[in-house]
Amino acid sequence: MTVHTQSGHAPDSGYNFAYLDEQTKRMIRRGLLKAVAVPGYQVPFGGREMPLPYGWGTGGMQLTAAILGSDDVLKVIDQGADDTTNAVSIRRFFARTAGVRTTTRTPEATVIQTRHRIPETALTGDQIMVYQVPIPEPLRFIEPSETETRTMHALGDYGVMHVKLYEDIATFGHIATSYAYPVTVDERYVMDPSPIPKFDNPKLHMSPALMLFGAGREKRLYAVPPYTRVVSLDFDDHPFAIQRWDECCAFCGSRDSYLDELIVDDAGSKRFVCSDTDYCMQRRDTAPASEENAP
Amino acid sequence: MNAAEHMLPRSEPAQPLFSARDLTRLFGPEKGCQGVSFDLYPGEVLGIVGESGSGKSTLLSLLSGRCQPDRGTVTYRAMNGSQVDLYSASEAERRTLLRTEWGFVEQNPRDGLRMAVSAGANIGERLMAQGVRDYGRLRAAGINWLKQVEIDPLRIDDLPRTYSGGMQQRLQIARNLVSSPRLVFMDEPTGGLDVSVQARLLDLLRGLVRELDLAVVIVTHDLAVARLLADRLMVMRRSHVVEAGLTDQVLDDPQHPYSQLLVSSVLQP
Repeated sequence: MTVHTQSGHAPDSGYNFAYLDEQTKRMIRRGLLKAVAVPGYQVPFGGREMPLPYGWGTGGMQLTAAILGSDDVLKVIDQGADDTTNAVSIRRFFARTAGVRTTTRTPEATVIQTRHRIPETALTGDQIMVYQVPIPEPLRFIEPSETETRTMHALGDYGVMHVKLYEDIATFGHIATSYAYPVTVDERYVMDPSPIPKFDNPKLHMSPALMLFGAGREKRLYAVPPYTRVVSLDFDDHPFAIQRWDECCAFCGSRDSYLDELIVDDAGSKRFVCSDTDYCMQRRDTAPASEENAP
Repeated sequence: MNAAEHMLPRSEPAQPLFSARDLTRLFGPEKGCQGVSFDLYPGEVLGIVGESGSGKSTLLSLLSGRCQPDRGTVTYRAMNGSQVDLYSASEAERRTLLRTEWGFVEQNPRDGLRMAVSAGANIGERLMAQGVRDYGRLRAAGINWLKQVEIDPLRIDDLPRTYSGGMQQRLQIARNLVSSPRLVFMDEPTGGLDVSVQARLLDLLRGLVRELDLAVVIVTHDLAVARLLADRLMVMRRSHVVEAGLTDQVLDDPQHPYSQLLVSSVLQP
């Protein structure tokens, strides 16, 4: 699988390993320990300036930098794809500043930094997921005050979370929230699972992999330890449901992965393809010919 | 009132629902409120009147546990019969009280409502906070309460900001009453409404108070409101309660010079 492993860049000298200085990494690791000890609790940390703008994944990068070791193999995905600008840049950034091996193959990676998706390939206990989070506070949409939201978390005062879902049903007839769908972690804290589609919410539940969430602008990190109960909020008469498609992937024929809709010509013809490019590639590699005629 | 009394089981002597003793919170000499004591019984409406700056609102925030007093105690007899000491209770207990057995109607409905979510969600919020997870039930409660406060149930999905001031105030009342509270605090509920809307709101309030057997502490500077709603009155001036008694007694035969001034300064049309 050397094809998938990038090794073009020699690590740059002049930077500390993985860009951040050791004291900062220690500070973030202390925060991470607390976050793992209190699943779903948002731990403040002293976010550093990263050499890219807020909103491009600075929170996730700082966590990655703090947990990365020289033996790690890093995979970075953005909207499920390994080849988008953001993913390529972040992967190259750590290849240069840490000299770690990078990969696009999910099973080979030990650290996976992600925006918007959890890989379709089942994760293992040897892997760590790092999420880039824009707004870590699930209560923010209804309560602008940070003091108040912290009190609400402390007191488990989560009635307002259902107000949002109620509004969805009242407006659209079903729960239309399709990403950043709020979850309860370990029956205690309500957490924003970052803007992953709700399709991925069930993958958080009892996952063998450690999940770390970093918000760079808001300077908050939180975690879901392995094998933790993660339950999506819902109503009894409007239960949580993930997205479904009538179509299958135009490339690999998968019927159970998250599909992106592509408009392919001016007439508005549509094709659906896997959003997880690595998963799609793997399926095509292992099952050639027979799936070739898939619509 | 008499009808309500007949319905009450009279097997035991009535116990106060809510007792305040020597409540004091001062922001400066005679600024705030001091030495306030009273008992409130189930189904009783207590009016607090006085001029601006006399400490009415401070007293109301103290009573509802929104701020801590310099000294004094408030005890509340909870639904399960236990006595809750408001200021030594935990923040969590106070919040639970405020969204289950108590209600708070703000002077400005924009403070008491969530303006960004629909009327139905506003009404359902307390129920959701209490763990109701059935959309159908929340919906039914929303429609029921809109009817009770005389708002067209078809407007259940409209945002409160599309409502008129009087409707917003009624929606706020519905939002508070949905959890069947036993005690409601009201801070000038009719302030800022024009006279005819005021009259309708008062009518509605009076009906609901009698029907649901609510205990109410209502702060107002409007003696007409007090006359219409309150069983008992406390007159406040410069942080002190200068006179307290039955509403009719205080308004018809005021003893303290300030009460006399207050009553005599009401315009008679």
